[in-house]
Amino acid sequence: MDVVMLSRLQFAVAVFFHFIFVPLTLGLSVLIAVMQTIYYRTGNETYKRMAKFWGKLFLINFTLGVVTGITLEFQFGTNWSRYSEYVGDIFGSLLAIEATLAFFLESTFLAVWVFGWERVSKKVHLFAIWAVAFASNLSGLWIILANGWMQNPVGYVIRNNRAELDNFLTVLSNPYAWGQFFHNLFAAWMLAGFFVLGISAWHLLRRNEEDFFNRSFKLAAGFTTQKSAPMYLLAVPDESAEGNAIQVFGIPGVLSLLAFNDPSAEVKGLKDFPKEDRPPVLLTFLNFRVMVGLGTLFPLLAGAAFLFRNRLQDKPWLLKALPWAIPLPYIAIMAGWAVAEIGRQPWIVYGMMRTTDAVSPVPASSVAVSLLAFGAVYTLLGVLDIYLLRKYARKGPAA
Amino acid sequence: MLETIWFVLWGLLWAIYFVLDGFDFGMGTLLPFAARTEAERRTIYNAAGPFWDGNEVWLITAGGVTFAAFPKAYAVMFSALYAPLLILLFALIFRAVSFEFRNKIDSPGWRKVWDAFQFLGNFLPALLFGVAFANLFMGIPVDGDGVYHGNLLKLLNLYGLLGGVFFVLMFALHGALWMGIKSTGELHDRAVALARGIWPLLLCAALAFLAATAVYTNLYGNYLRVPPLLVFPILAVASLLTSRFFIASNSVGMAWVCNAVFIVCVTFFGVFGMYPALLPSSMDPAFSVTIANGASSPLTLKIMLTVVVIFVPLVLAYQGWVYSVFTHKITDEDLEDEHAY
Repeated sequence: MDVVMLSRLQFAVAVFFHFIFVPLTLGLSVLIAVMQTIYYRTGNETYKRMAKFWGKLFLINFTLGVVTGITLEFQFGTNWSRYSEYVGDIFGSLLAIEATLAFFLESTFLAVWVFGWERVSKKVHLFAIWAVAFASNLSGLWIILANGWMQNPVGYVIRNNRAELDNFLTVLSNPYAWGQFFHNLFAAWMLAGFFVLGISAWHLLRRNEEDFFNRSFKLAAGFTTQKSAPMYLLAVPDESAEGNAIQVFGIPGVLSLLAFNDPSAEVKGLKDFPKEDRPPVLLTFLNFRVMVGLGTLFPLLAGAAFLFRNRLQDKPWLLKALPWAIPLPYIAIMAGWAVAEIGRQPWIVYGMMRTTDAVSPVPASSVAVSLLAFGAVYTLLGVLDIYLLRKYARKGPAA
Repeated sequence: MLETIWFVLWGLLWAIYFVLDGFDFGMGTLLPFAARTEAERRTIYNAAGPFWDGNEVWLITAGGVTFAAFPKAYAVMFSALYAPLLILLFALIFRAVSFEFRNKIDSPGWRKVWDAFQFLGNFLPALLFGVAFANLFMGIPVDGDGVYHGNLLKLLNLYGLLGGVFFVLMFALHGALWMGIKSTGELHDRAVALARGIWPLLLCAALAFLAATAVYTNLYGNYLRVPPLLVFPILAVASLLTSRFFIASNSVGMAWVCNAVFIVCVTFFGVFGMYPALLPSSMDPAFSVTIANGASSPLTLKIMLTVVVIFVPLVLAYQGWVYSVFTHKITDEDLEDEHAY
């Protein structure tokens, strides 16, 4: 394999693994903040225990999100140095702003929340968890502004043999990025909702801590239903109305590809593009179908959870099904990112820079070794993380 | 002018990062030597507890700002230092995970594994940052096209290794002092004893590094041209000597502050010596990435300067507040807390 393919694979491993942890962080931080707000207002100790229990799972997940994010940031330099040099003026700024505005706030106040139960006032402690929720979702905005710029580059001029910033406000108001941001935000919150629903259902079926998990379930059911409905409208394009599709898939190539229902027709949709400018059709198509198929399922499941939230014990099928639904939003989100990233090929910045021109001048052997290292380390960490999440999720709040 | 301001800010961000994450590096490096009991080991973990993650963000910011303000330096530096950088990042991954996972399974063998990773995850970055910065000071073999003509072993030259040893000792002293600040009893006494033991080694390494710098690098060129800059190496040596005084009188807090000044001055000494290059080429000075050929557009530099001028002081303020909330000594009660590491 050549250095481009190896580097793409390595980036795919790094970014997809990282994105296992991100959406849960985004959504669960909000849910925990809501739980703690109820505790703050009512003084009901159950909500304090809820914040602590879900917080423990949040932390196991969060750590891996942080560290895999660092490797991702540096990977633009290690493996995509030509890209970094060409677009750093704009893309680098968005990453730097993300760190300065969001990461500090998130990490610093998470420490206050974790270690501050007895050390800061209840009010400050509540503020800390809201700061974490706000900052983690804010970081999502900046990184998606950066990714959105790769999909739909705006506000730049080509000068000095590179893309230079021309209008910062245009970059910040990139419509593609905002569409993608809300799409991701709802997806992440929905994923967190299903996470809480699934674990609560598992315990309710066994009648563990019923009050605790009933309250968790109800909170998450409302949350998830609210999120999955707009997700459906945003993500599942009506074949006759391309408006929805455009919002999510601003790339003309992908748009024409997805306007049809079967892969053979799609090639026709792409015929206006020169062959070297077409993305891998089948892979993009399959991922899109997975995302849309699951996206259709989520409002139904969330709706059922919401509808039956007061008589869950009469619906054992629902309690049995929901734990199995936990992985589904993950799969949908991964598929969605695969559509966005594979669908953009052969461009790294759509219409501006080709992926083949973006790679670092490093030997393929170096990338092969690091790719193996990524594979081994991430597999180990992934297995450990799932093991620990499962262990602490099953243990329940009593532990 | 804008480029020069950014160059100074670039050095400042690295300096802050080294001061803050430096004590985490040091404590992790000393973990196998300082702690004898499980309670002592956990005291060391929790002495870094509320801080290490926020400290690490300074690395992300230093990296991000390099990307934003000097994209070419970011691109060439990190692709040239491909192997050491990835080793460093993997080490940091294992460090973070060792904090979070160590206490999650109640088994001595499990904890031992994560203690080993806590050591490696702090020792290796300390060493590699030293090796990498020493090689940067010396210049690395990159050509005009940004292609690196070397390998990992080439970075492990005499001066690079000296830089590595120097950084490990510098951070070890920093960590020993922080451990002294956060602990009581035997662990506190052992931390102070370690600080006493490390100090003369660090002094030797610092002087050797200063001398070797004259032989291997051109850093002193700037100091001969602009003698007032000599305040940084002089202040570095002075603060190191002062820290010995505070260690002797058992004022670990003040000694830590002196060592923090030392770290800032060492970083500035190297960075200002490189000016105007961010990445000097050892093949030909014309191939160096400098503030002239490596900076972003004036518009980006201005916008980023606004962001940094507003938010970095704000971050320092709230991180400072967090430090003030959590500088207390770790007690048995803290270790019993269900949230403790």
